[in-house]
Amino acid sequence: MTELAVETQGMTRLFGSNKAVDSLDLAIPKGSIYGFLGPNGCGKSTSIRMLTGLLTPSAGTIRVLGEALAGNEERLRRRIGYMTQKFSLYENLRVTENLNFVAQIHGVPRRQARERVAELLTLYDLTGQHKQLAGSMSGGQKQRLALAAATLHQPELLFLDEPTSAVDPENRREFWERLFDLCAQGTTILVSTHYMDEAERCHGLAILERGIKRADGSPKQLMAQMGARVVEVGGDDLRTLKQRLTQQPAVLSAAQIGSRLRVLVRDDEGDPVQWLQPLIAGRTLEEVRPSLEDVFVTCTGARAHPAPRESSHVE
Amino acid sequence: MWSRVLAVIVKELRQLSRDRMTFAMIVMIPLVQLILFGYAINTDVRHLPAAVVDMSDSSYSRALIQAVTATQVVDFSERLSNVHQAETAITNGQIKAALVIPVDVGERLVRYSSGHYMTEPVAQWLVDGSDTVVASTIKGLRKMPMDEVLGNPHSEGVPTLEVVQYFNPEQRSVVNIVPGLLGVILTMTMVLFTAVAIVREREQGNMEFLITTPIRPFELMLGKIVPYVIVGFVQVGIILGVGHRLFAVPIRGGLDSLALAALLFILASLTLGLVISTVARTQLQAMQMTVFVLLPSILLSGFMFPFEGMPQVAQWISEILPATHFMRMARAIVLRGAEVANLGYDVLWLLGFTLVGLAVASLRFSKRLD
Ligand SMILES: Nc1ncnc2c1ncn2[C@@H]1O[C@H](COP(=O)(O)OP(=O)(O)O)[C@@H](O)[C@H]1O
Ligand SMILES: [Mg+2]
Repeated sequence: MTELAVETQGMTRLFGSNKAVDSLDLAIPKGSIYGFLGPNGCGKSTSIRMLTGLLTPSAGTIRVLGEALAGNEERLRRRIGYMTQKFSLYENLRVTENLNFVAQIHGVPRRQARERVAELLTLYDLTGQHKQLAGSMSGGQKQRLALAAATLHQPELLFLDEPTSAVDPENRREFWERLFDLCAQGTTILVSTHYMDEAERCHGLAILERGIKRADGSPKQLMAQMGARVVEVGGDDLRTLKQRLTQQPAVLSAAQIGSRLRVLVRDDEGDPVQWLQPLIAGRTLEEVRPSLEDVFVTCTGARAHPAPRESSHVE
Repeated sequence: MWSRVLAVIVKELRQLSRDRMTFAMIVMIPLVQLILFGYAINTDVRHLPAAVVDMSDSSYSRALIQAVTATQVVDFSERLSNVHQAETAITNGQIKAALVIPVDVGERLVRYSSGHYMTEPVAQWLVDGSDTVVASTIKGLRKMPMDEVLGNPHSEGVPTLEVVQYFNPEQRSVVNIVPGLLGVILTMTMVLFTAVAIVREREQGNMEFLITTPIRPFELMLGKIVPYVIVGFVQVGIILGVGHRLFAVPIRGGLDSLALAALLFILASLTLGLVISTVARTQLQAMQMTVFVLLPSILLSGFMFPFEGMPQVAQWISEILPATHFMRMARAIVLRGAEVANLGYDVLWLLGFTLVGLAVASLRFSKRLD
């Protein structure tokens, strides 16, 4: 069995009567990049805060890097890095001042600290900005600075909470290259996101919705096991077709993408192309490979539409 | 440990030097308060417009008028011929007071100086009582010694009550206010700055990162306090420097004594700010709590009203406040030339307050978000 970097059983957190995280079981192997995928408010940050010892779970057990988290927070914090969702370095300090501060807080000896800071500046392409105030930098630069600060003490386990939400696609790809570098050096990375393309890069991921884990596994596994097949329909008047199709219980979702309608059909209907043929009035049909977005929709969207949140109280 | 404390201190000073608003407040709060209190709240009454009704018109009456004029409390701007005119002038607000000298003022003065108990006063003041400060000032003239009026260098037989005033002989309230202002201004800025400095980091999200590092609460607290000790001393310098120049406030005691007292008080106020920061959730709450501490520090510390005159309960509350102890020390040192060594009780009290406050704040500060 591979060693686990993070292991939780029934991890739960209540805010008043609101269950932000509900009985989450996780088993994240060392050396992998693991993703939390889910919309805003689904409990990604709350989960990460529990795993870093910032929030006490209302129920459940947490083991981090082979030790129980409860009672060992201080010792474990030296071995983990955390990049918060909101930029949490000092906006009115320069880039190097911020990094030097973090180095001193981590007790890195002065000479070593100077070398490490210089190394990080080069690695994260901040050499040109080293005298700039952190608050005056672009989203991508801030994000690289935050990553540099979170990895300064070379943690074994790195938590990144929506690290790319304020970053353009170009910088996002560059950022993921750095994450794979870190991973190759043996760092375990847990990253939360609401971008499908990012989730797809993870070795493993958990799809969260309203604090509940709806599915987990590698992106491939998730796509294979999603319980629906994907057909794209081309032709005229797709809006009316969409309305007609969504009334069918076997259709989990129908979404227009450009000039095509992407339809998710339950796989217990057999061949989806044959099943759809009589319903589409001579338009073209083609079965396509599922994407992570389809997985996401089947896990969450299908449940969310017929039963909006409040109705559960009425029953 | 010390390198982490040092890191926080350096960081805090850097941030402070770039924060123009706070920087301006550090300088402007003491300046504005000092000038406001120094010039506006002036309870020394001088040069009140007054009239004299001299019915005797003798050398005695002229001597009496001269003696009263010499006190500078009143300026005799008018001579009126009867009491009725004087009353009208007071009612109209032309004058604040009138001195009525009876026809037989000479005989009265002689009786007075020969040691008879005064059955009749020498002369009479008519006073506009609608302003209590004016009224009480004129009342103060009631006991004016009359020896000079008679030209006697020393009146032998009359055991007049003699008041000998030590320190601040001119009775200028600004002299008393400046050391008190030290306490008020430092309470306001020191408590507020530290409370806000920590709450702001929490509000802006810096704290979430900081508490996942190995920093210990005590190290963070200490690192947050030290820069503001420096700020406190800058303010002490401003207040005393400007007070000395603008209002000629004497500084009798040693500057080292004063610095030591200020240091103790600054530390106590800063730890109070730390304790507040562990309770307040937002910067606004931190400010409200500071005001909650500031008001009793102004009203009960002896700054506004004499400590001894306050009811027992108010005295108890006031004994808790660091400002009370500091004000006692500051007045003793600045105005009476006392040494810190003579003020052991207040010194110990401020030290104890600081240590307890630091412990409470470190214990209450948790490296968690819940
Ligand atoms: N400190 C808090 N107090 C009360 N409710 C909170 C708190 N933090 C988060 N929540 C609630 O918990 C839920 C999950 O929030 P969060 O973990 O921040 O979601 P995400 O990071 O996935 O956007 C939300 O409904 C949010 O309102
Ligand atoms: Mg979040």
